[in-house]
Amino acid sequence: MKKHVDLNASYQPASFGFRDPSAVSEIIGRYPPGRQRSAVMPLLDLAQRQVAADGLKATPPYGGWIPRAAMDEIARILDMPPIRVYEVATFYSMYNLAPVGVNLVQVCTTTPCWLCGSDKIVKTCQDKLGIGVGETTPDGKFTLVEVECMGACVNAPMVQINDDYYEDLTPEGTGGLIESLAQGKKPPSGSQSGRKGSMALSGPTSLAAQARSSMK
Amino acid sequence: MLEDKDRIFTNLYGWESYDLPAARARGDWDGTAAILARGRDAIIEEVKASGLRGRGGAGFPTGMKWSFMPKESKDGRPSYLVINADESEPGTCKDRDILRFEPHKLIEGALIAGFAMGAHAAYIYIRGEFYNEASNVVKAIRQAYEAGLLGKNACGSGWDFDIVLHRGAGAYICGEETALLNSLEGKKGEPRNKPPFPAAAGLYSCPTTINNVETIASVPTIVRRGGAWFAGIGRNDKNTGTKLFCISGHVSQPCNVEEAMGIPLRELIEKHAGGVRGGWDNLLAVIPGGSSTPVLPKAACETALMDFDGLREAGSSLGTAAVIVMDKSTDIIYAIARLSFFYMHESCGQCTPCREGTGWVWRIMQRMVKGNATVEEIDMLYEITKEIEGHTICAHGDASAWPVQALIRHFRPEMEKRILDYRKQAA
Repeated sequence: MKKHVDLNASYQPASFGFRDPSAVSEIIGRYPPGRQRSAVMPLLDLAQRQVAADGLKATPPYGGWIPRAAMDEIARILDMPPIRVYEVATFYSMYNLAPVGVNLVQVCTTTPCWLCGSDKIVKTCQDKLGIGVGETTPDGKFTLVEVECMGACVNAPMVQINDDYYEDLTPEGTGGLIESLAQGKKPPSGSQSGRKGSMALSGPTSLAAQARSSMK
Repeated sequence: MLEDKDRIFTNLYGWESYDLPAARARGDWDGTAAILARGRDAIIEEVKASGLRGRGGAGFPTGMKWSFMPKESKDGRPSYLVINADESEPGTCKDRDILRFEPHKLIEGALIAGFAMGAHAAYIYIRGEFYNEASNVVKAIRQAYEAGLLGKNACGSGWDFDIVLHRGAGAYICGEETALLNSLEGKKGEPRNKPPFPAAAGLYSCPTTINNVETIASVPTIVRRGGAWFAGIGRNDKNTGTKLFCISGHVSQPCNVEEAMGIPLRELIEKHAGGVRGGWDNLLAVIPGGSSTPVLPKAACETALMDFDGLREAGSSLGTAAVIVMDKSTDIIYAIARLSFFYMHESCGQCTPCREGTGWVWRIMQRMVKGNATVEEIDMLYEITKEIEGHTICAHGDASAWPVQALIRHFRPEMEKRILDYRKQAA
């Protein structure tokens, strides 16, 4: 679904520049000569991460998003019309086109996670944060969103917070996770029930020898 | 049951490191130059002999796909291998384990496959949410370059080969191969009309083959142990080899596991996933191959065999082999309605039947969940899905139609009961 975004909103900064030109040229260099347009997605990601780094130092803090000025700068660097960059930025769900919280809490609610109780995870997040889905806390620390399948279905239910997956969640565990993040800690990502990857929690039904030799 | 000695992905659960020394100890990159020295045609013949079919959902024979690539470039256009790591089909999480725990199998497979189709470069398109998985792949690629396994004269074979990782940004449709190509070219992820097929004009209008992660990562082991070994596993010569299954939902022990093709669905669930929650008799239905495959009611699950033909005979499809199990506590109408929302959300909007139809289906399905509908609307809903199916550029429209059609086929009494109950309550 396409996102509506106000490119002339008051929060849009007037200009944007990449801090690390070598990172920009490294990205462009990945693609064949004349195909620099392929770099538009990695550059949008780079811009979002740069804004996120700035946001941590601001008061109130904010998370990564892509200002219109950054899209215009990318269009200039890649020698493509700005509208082609806007098209890409609005097409993909991972580009935030308006400010978000420092911790972008994305709860998966597609069928496999829903079967395993993702409704309760959403409810816990709402209660703990005191906000609804799609909203940001006043202190700028959290934005809560529902997302579509994240591809960790055997470890359902799960949330993605910024770059990290937190899997095999319970409502209690989710509450604790949010408390730690609110205190500025970064809890270990991955399965919260302590299992190894996507192996059955009760123990391996295959590759038992590998499991044993690694535990020695 | 498949024995451990016949499993390809021996680090599926990440007990060992993903890095190069550990991968080498598991047998990766062993004599790769000698494999390439057998020549292009011999490698393709070996893969054809193995009967390997694409693991991304469509199940097209891999060796045949590679043989569509031009033998030599007559007009100077290079050939490309593109690896589809945009794993987003609800229920599916198998490629993730390869990317994070076995990236060297994928990288070695890319070199062998790329050589066999005459490509000097491969692009791995990984879904953007897999940030940590992508980091592992990037580190593994760097290690391979440093060890001389990639780059100029890869593995000392005389073949130059480069791999670039490209991160997506959260669009399910980019798992469709031509949408993936557009995305890789820096455009919106909208599927292209075929023909031209990618083997004639794909990435940057050059000959391109797109393969799934699991397909490519299986290739080194197949070529090393021989196509006959792989073909010896499974039910018959159309359904060969091993396959990663993802078992999620209402089972005691959800997990990923590598098993032989053709394993009975019931055996798969009971042996590896600890059985259905509350016992087999508590089973309501199973979606056997990822969200777009038709749901199977319990009666069909009793005898279903998990391979391409087995599931077709059962009235569904193997898809990505993502088994979503639902017990009797499930509101099956909502479970499918939620998938309708998914397909609406992920429609790229290019074709009218899909863009408008998926939203229409979702709106009706919401009322079906409540029962706030008429019995005749069930027929109308079915008809709408038929109007979407087959009338779009890519298979997204079909994928949105099949789950709803299967719901009506198998659970119509449940839907009618919901409507009557709602009326009684309202009266």
